[in-house]
Amino acid sequence: MLSIKNLHASIEGKEILKGLNLNVKPGEVHAIMGPNGAGKSTLGYVLSGREEYEATSGKVEFEQRDLLELEVDERARAGLFLAFQYPVEIPGVSNMEFLKESVSAARKERGQEQLTAAEFLKAARAACEQVNLPVEFLRRGVNEGFSGGEKKRNEIMQMIMLEPTLCILDESDSGLDIDALKVVADGVNSQRDGKRSFIVITHYQRLLDFIQPDFVHILADGKIAKSGGPELAKEVEASGYAWLENHEEANA
Amino acid sequence: MSEQIEQAIAREYEAGFVSDIESDTFEPGLDEDVIRRISEMKQEPDWMLEWRLQAFRSWQKMAEPDWAKLGYEPIDYQTISYYSAPKSMKDRPKSLAEVDPELIRTYEKLGIPLHEQEMLAGVAVDVVFDSVSVVTTFREKLAESGVIFCPISEAIRKYPELVKKYLGTVVPRTDNFFAALNSAVFTDGSFVYIPKGVRCPMELSTYFRINELNTGQFERTLIIAEEGSHVSYLEGCTAPMRDENQLHAAVVELVALDDSEIKYSTVQNWYPGDENGVGGIFNFVTKRGVAEKNAKISWTQVETGSAITWKYPSCILRGDNSVGEFYSVALTRSRQQADTGTKMIHLGKNTTSTIISKGISAGNSSNTYRGLVKMGPNADGARNFTECDSLLIGDTCAAHTFPYIESANPTAIVEHEATTSTVSDDQLFLCQQRGLDIEKAISMIVNGFCKDVFKELPMEFAVEAGKLLEISLEGSVG
Repeated sequence: MLSIKNLHASIEGKEILKGLNLNVKPGEVHAIMGPNGAGKSTLGYVLSGREEYEATSGKVEFEQRDLLELEVDERARAGLFLAFQYPVEIPGVSNMEFLKESVSAARKERGQEQLTAAEFLKAARAACEQVNLPVEFLRRGVNEGFSGGEKKRNEIMQMIMLEPTLCILDESDSGLDIDALKVVADGVNSQRDGKRSFIVITHYQRLLDFIQPDFVHILADGKIAKSGGPELAKEVEASGYAWLENHEEANA
Repeated sequence: MSEQIEQAIAREYEAGFVSDIESDTFEPGLDEDVIRRISEMKQEPDWMLEWRLQAFRSWQKMAEPDWAKLGYEPIDYQTISYYSAPKSMKDRPKSLAEVDPELIRTYEKLGIPLHEQEMLAGVAVDVVFDSVSVVTTFREKLAESGVIFCPISEAIRKYPELVKKYLGTVVPRTDNFFAALNSAVFTDGSFVYIPKGVRCPMELSTYFRINELNTGQFERTLIIAEEGSHVSYLEGCTAPMRDENQLHAAVVELVALDDSEIKYSTVQNWYPGDENGVGGIFNFVTKRGVAEKNAKISWTQVETGSAITWKYPSCILRGDNSVGEFYSVALTRSRQQADTGTKMIHLGKNTTSTIISKGISAGNSSNTYRGLVKMGPNADGARNFTECDSLLIGDTCAAHTFPYIESANPTAIVEHEATTSTVSDDQLFLCQQRGLDIEKAISMIVNGFCKDVFKELPMEFAVEAGKLLEISLEGSVG
């Protein structure tokens, strides 16, 4: 469903991704780990099309489409979802309104019938419950006055409502205590249906105790330095990222 | 990103067409003779003509105000025509069936059906085309409860006592340059009278349209709410796209007697000029209300049009416990300039006022809030709360805030809050990442910003205002 070939990307002329390759098949969960500054978040932004992040060469195919040719909103409607590390507030726009517009755009794109007001409300309430947010949050402004943990759960709620085909979680575990982390992980796990794919970006192995990845990749200096199964995450847990430097030196 | 935003907020002015209607229009120019002719066309009594002439003589000695944060070429008042009426109006139509079909089509194009059976239930409409009122609906139904809703020109003939008693009492003829001009040459507008204890059974609404070239529109509205009565009044305005600037100088007076309530809502969508600032309406408006004991006056305005807006709907809270409110959304884009706000003059004891102002600037526009809160020496226990928020879209626009506070009473409390924010790239990116296109994203963020004001508008208008903002921000992003 997603195939990234030799992707190079830069911000303001500074190259961050330097030839990244990754293949994600339907239903797979890929964890991207790596030290700070390795380009983990950049990958999420480049895939979702954030303007400042320029893909300079390489190819990204998403569901048989050239992803890099699409606008941000087109990518989203094509089924790509990014859960933000720092979700932004939109004062005065209620969560409900925001969800309604985005769900409606997604359904339209998929050629599905629009939900009735009652159906929508029911789904939204269920999604709230799933991520342990009181339903009153639907009436509040998007992320307005939410705590860090509430914002992260709100992201997962949006993900549940939008039913994307590829979910990219950008450090969804950062700043969360263990209970909030479990809620986020449960939300994600509930969406694993054998078809939906996930790219879980994280600095720590902790999140992967709750979301079992199929593959773990270590991103260093803009490239995948090492790939493996869940055991690779444990290795990082045990020895940190210091070995990467040696590894690179060995390569050099 | 800012280029994308620019494109997204570029818009077509949807009400910009010109109607092909034969009109009787005065030659441009202004002197006493013109005023006499206007008065004659309107078949006015002598006292009215005299009132106009006095206003004109005062106006000649007055200077155009220059304190507002507005820049424009001086207006030559001799190049403007001060009267224009559709020809078919000579013998006033007695019913809709006699109204020029082209006129009816004009209003249909604007989305304002004039046929009563097609209208939104519960809204009576007065329609002012250039200098005359062309139709007022639901008059008979209103008359059943004693409510008078008619063109002011008709009120001057039919209810001279009422007009004489109140005209110019809230906004005196010499109040300011534009009010004096209006007093001299006003041509039509609406007159509303709500008898004692009556709750007006429907929303009243006036639509103003400037059609003729080089014509000024000077409407005058007078609303009188007797003791314990209640009325909600709405006004909307549009004009064709023309390269020349057109002048609009209106006066609105509200008289809210003891225990009464007047709610006055405006959706102003005059032609704003093109993206280079060519053309557009110069909108110089004086709106003011006097609230007597326990009375309440509420102004709500959504200002999206006009090249120049100079407008400060105000409340004189004369009676004890009277209440004044001002809720405003002002959107400027391209080269539009707005200098708008309110004045809350607290004279009575325990008077309260609330000001919520939301200014949105985009393009190369300039948006200014100017407000005065004045606590008189007798205003014991008076309170004001002001919230003044500016939203900037892009990096070439400007927002200014000039709040004036004068308090002569130590027991009075004045609160002022102000914020300035931008539509951030992060917000737009979040919306787009959730599948919304950039136009939808901007309009959603802007609507959210305006929410506190929109919820004050009557239902039909809230929908209209929301759409208007959407149209205003809509563009040609492919």
